[in-house]
Amino acid sequence: MSEDLPIQDPRLLRRLLRAKDRMDAASHEDWPVQRLARVSQVSEAHFARSFKKAFGVPPHRYLLTRRIERATALLRDTDRSITEIALRTGWRSLGTFGRVFRDITGESPGAIRLRVRVMVHDIGEVPPCIRSAADRPDLRTAVSERRKRGESGIKRAVRGGQR
Amino acid sequence: MSQGVQIAGLYVRDQDEALAFYTERLGFRVHTDVRNGDFRWLTVQYPDQPLFQLGLFTPGPPMHDAATAQTLHAAVAKGAMPPLVLVVDDCRAAYERMCAQGVEFTQEPIDRYGTVDAGFRDPSGNGWKLIETRR
Repeated sequence: MSEDLPIQDPRLLRRLLRAKDRMDAASHEDWPVQRLARVSQVSEAHFARSFKKAFGVPPHRYLLTRRIERATALLRDTDRSITEIALRTGWRSLGTFGRVFRDITGESPGAIRLRVRVMVHDIGEVPPCIRSAADRPDLRTAVSERRKRGESGIKRAVRGGQR
Repeated sequence: MSQGVQIAGLYVRDQDEALAFYTERLGFRVHTDVRNGDFRWLTVQYPDQPLFQLGLFTPGPPMHDAATAQTLHAAVAKGAMPPLVLVVDDCRAAYERMCAQGVEFTQEPIDRYGTVDAGFRDPSGNGWKLIETRR
């Protein structure tokens, strides 16, 4: 359906981006639609729909995803308790945090803490900026695909070496 | 150095606006500004970096048809273009100076990875990281 609608006005998109940037900068804060709509200078009625059309996810879902990303980093990089991490990343209750966390990542916060720590240990020599990218869920697919393609990858490398 | 990247460009929504932003607020200066009809070739340069030009280009004719130009304008405004990095000697000082100039920061300076970095956007939506040179 959205393909039939005309492309959104770039001036509106730029203002919607401002709301997205603000959520990125302070994902632990509360971002009710009225606050976001004010940042973007659009009506509350238009905001959620325009945001979803521009960025593919509703604003609330986007915020949750960013909070989970931050919580995952804190689980990996710090020894803070799961309750403290939940509070720091914007949740008021541990129950909601755990449920949304499992919803989005498919694992519990405790399980992911164990798994990513093992992984960090394995790839301790990788620079930090690359390592943070390795935690993105997409890479799991990419890694398994790379394994499947491993044989041809080796052949390419060998050919390259013979040149 | 005789070989390497000489020019890389950004898409901006308005070349006059971008020119004012990059020269007056970020300290670039104009390298080339020439027109041929509606087409305007505009590059700026960082004073310390005479071998590199940053192009400030607008999507549109004669390079793009109307629909393509509209798509590119939308991508820029959504912040979907590739990341850009400006290195500075002192990130916090540059942040203070640029804030006073009205630059829209998306991230305040943070100490991490052995340096300090901040983030800002140009008026069109292009996202820059402002990173302190590692000492």
